[in-house]
Amino acid sequence: MNLSLGPLLYYWSRDDVLAFYDEVKHWPVARVYLGESVCSRRHLLRLPDWLDLAEQLSTAGKEVVLSSQTLIESESDLKTLRRIVGDGRFRVEANEWGAVRLLSEAGVPFVAGPTLNVYNPETLDVLAGLGAQRWLPPVEMSRNTLASLLQRAPASMETEVFAYGKLPLAYSARCFTARHYNLPKDDCQFRCLDHADGLPLSTREGEPFLTLNGIQTQSAGVYNLIGELPALRELGVVCLRLSPQSRHMGRVVDAFRAALAGETHAAETLARILPGPPVDGYWHGRAGLEHAGLIHISEKHA
Amino acid sequence: MNWNGATAARVRVPAESERSTTIALDLICPAGSLVSLKAAIDHGADAVYMGFRDNTNARAFPGLNFDEAQAAEGLRYAHDRGRRVLLALNTYPQPDTWSRWTGAVDRAAKLGMDAVILADAGLMRYAAKQHPQLRLHLSVQGSATSYEAVNFYREHFGIQRAVLPRVLSLPQVENVVQHTDVEIELFGFGGLCVMVEGRCLLSSYCTGESPNSAGVCSPAKAVQWTETPAGLESRLNGVLLDRYGKSEKAGYPTLCKGRFNVGGETYYAIEEPTSLNTLDLLPEMLKIGVAAIKIEGRQRSPAYVTQVTKVWRAAIDAVKKNADAFKPTPAWQAELNKLSEGQSHTLGAYHRPWK
Repeated sequence: MNLSLGPLLYYWSRDDVLAFYDEVKHWPVARVYLGESVCSRRHLLRLPDWLDLAEQLSTAGKEVVLSSQTLIESESDLKTLRRIVGDGRFRVEANEWGAVRLLSEAGVPFVAGPTLNVYNPETLDVLAGLGAQRWLPPVEMSRNTLASLLQRAPASMETEVFAYGKLPLAYSARCFTARHYNLPKDDCQFRCLDHADGLPLSTREGEPFLTLNGIQTQSAGVYNLIGELPALRELGVVCLRLSPQSRHMGRVVDAFRAALAGETHAAETLARILPGPPVDGYWHGRAGLEHAGLIHISEKHA
Repeated sequence: MNWNGATAARVRVPAESERSTTIALDLICPAGSLVSLKAAIDHGADAVYMGFRDNTNARAFPGLNFDEAQAAEGLRYAHDRGRRVLLALNTYPQPDTWSRWTGAVDRAAKLGMDAVILADAGLMRYAAKQHPQLRLHLSVQGSATSYEAVNFYREHFGIQRAVLPRVLSLPQVENVVQHTDVEIELFGFGGLCVMVEGRCLLSSYCTGESPNSAGVCSPAKAVQWTETPAGLESRLNGVLLDRYGKSEKAGYPTLCKGRFNVGGETYYAIEEPTSLNTLDLLPEMLKIGVAAIKIEGRQRSPAYVTQVTKVWRAAIDAVKKNADAFKPTPAWQAELNKLSEGQSHTLGAYHRPWK
């Protein structure tokens, strides 16, 4: 089992992005997902810049995968998608079924991303037949459901699991960051740049609940499966996805590396630098915001 | 290809000149029960959509939906009057209960459903293979927002219609229509999902159950109302969604329509409690070739179905008769506003400024 760095879901300045990936070159991650998968208005790095970065990381020994945009709305979105598929140098993560169509037509092997909604082995088999070599379950899938699914998974299909970070939960045509600033989406003034880890949303009694990230809504809680490595190994998961955040990401990667190497204090080290309340309810088949099978908000009000 | 002449898997996409479909603005109404089904048919629905009484559809609410005998009676009622019945099987089958979904597809075929509305690719492959005569529609839960995605399902499973998520503007819808042979169905009225359908896990994050895997959003069993000194509070699995002052009208606590705190401000951070109403857009929808308009609300009462169907039947007839002169009447709008969530409505994403 090794580590991957998921696509950067936030909008950072060009300098910050380049500095971040300069560090990534030295991190113990086998695979790096690159590209803008959330919002087509984010343009400080355009596709050629991402491809440059991909070359650099590839030279540094990382396996690079280009992540496609999750919500395709316009012809220009499709144009970018066709360029990603057509480039041919790197594997692609398909995050919607239009990308699956283009990749399978081009005969390019691909990663089936977590928003393709693979909930059963039959759908995974459809994707295997089209060229998927690796897949990620939807982030809401529990350990038990994943175990059932994998019993009948197509041979040689690799499973990667989202194992760390704020959970990407929803996508919309509306930009909630622009809405917060009373700006129209078409003139959002790129306010996402001011929120390196998204804009926190809490309930009216101050409980952290969600994170607004442009058109994407994430959890406020930080999903963290560092304590579940034996179960993940037993399931045959080959790779753990860690989702980038602006601070301490190198230390997060180190903690997972240490945990994989059997170092016992890794989980505690990680717990001290989590940028939000820990959650793992989904893994246990419960509400996503719960932690370790315990009710994290609701019991207080029961 | 007629309505029932569905094609087998892996079909060729016919050229423009071969298209035989002339369906325009078919009115598709919700049937949560036999009474609602009859109300919709009696008041002018071209087709109704229903679900079986389990989690194979995205309105898996207690007391709603059809058993096999009721479904058969509904089909008879509709077919006797020349109308159609579509079956929603639009949740994602789970590994341990896969046969519940395939069983539902088999029953749909046996009952003579005019189409099944599916979201899951694996289930679609099953349906296309086992029941090549069964017409397939891509559910809104399939999250297809581009013609590349729509054509994927067309090529591999022979779908004949796709319901688009409520995220595209009308020019974007037109672009999809122009690049596919698949009929396009749009939501016209009812509860408004602000997120891409099929790509929203907010409900399971809060309650453990999402539309994708459990067929419910913000399930009633997780709702809690409490009168407090600060006002009436609505909670979902303990999470405070809203608090209402004395003069405020409290609505059903759908997660995305609560008031939250962002950057020190408390407001409807995701969406107001409002409904979609696209009556104003009918001439444009007709012009760009939209095949069908869907009315949301299988969970609503037969009275709701009656009123909405009446208004939309009249409006669609009027726009087809003379699109240039079409203008929604104040009476129609007043009637629909009465039925809307929060008594207000929006054009949603079809109208760019909403975004």
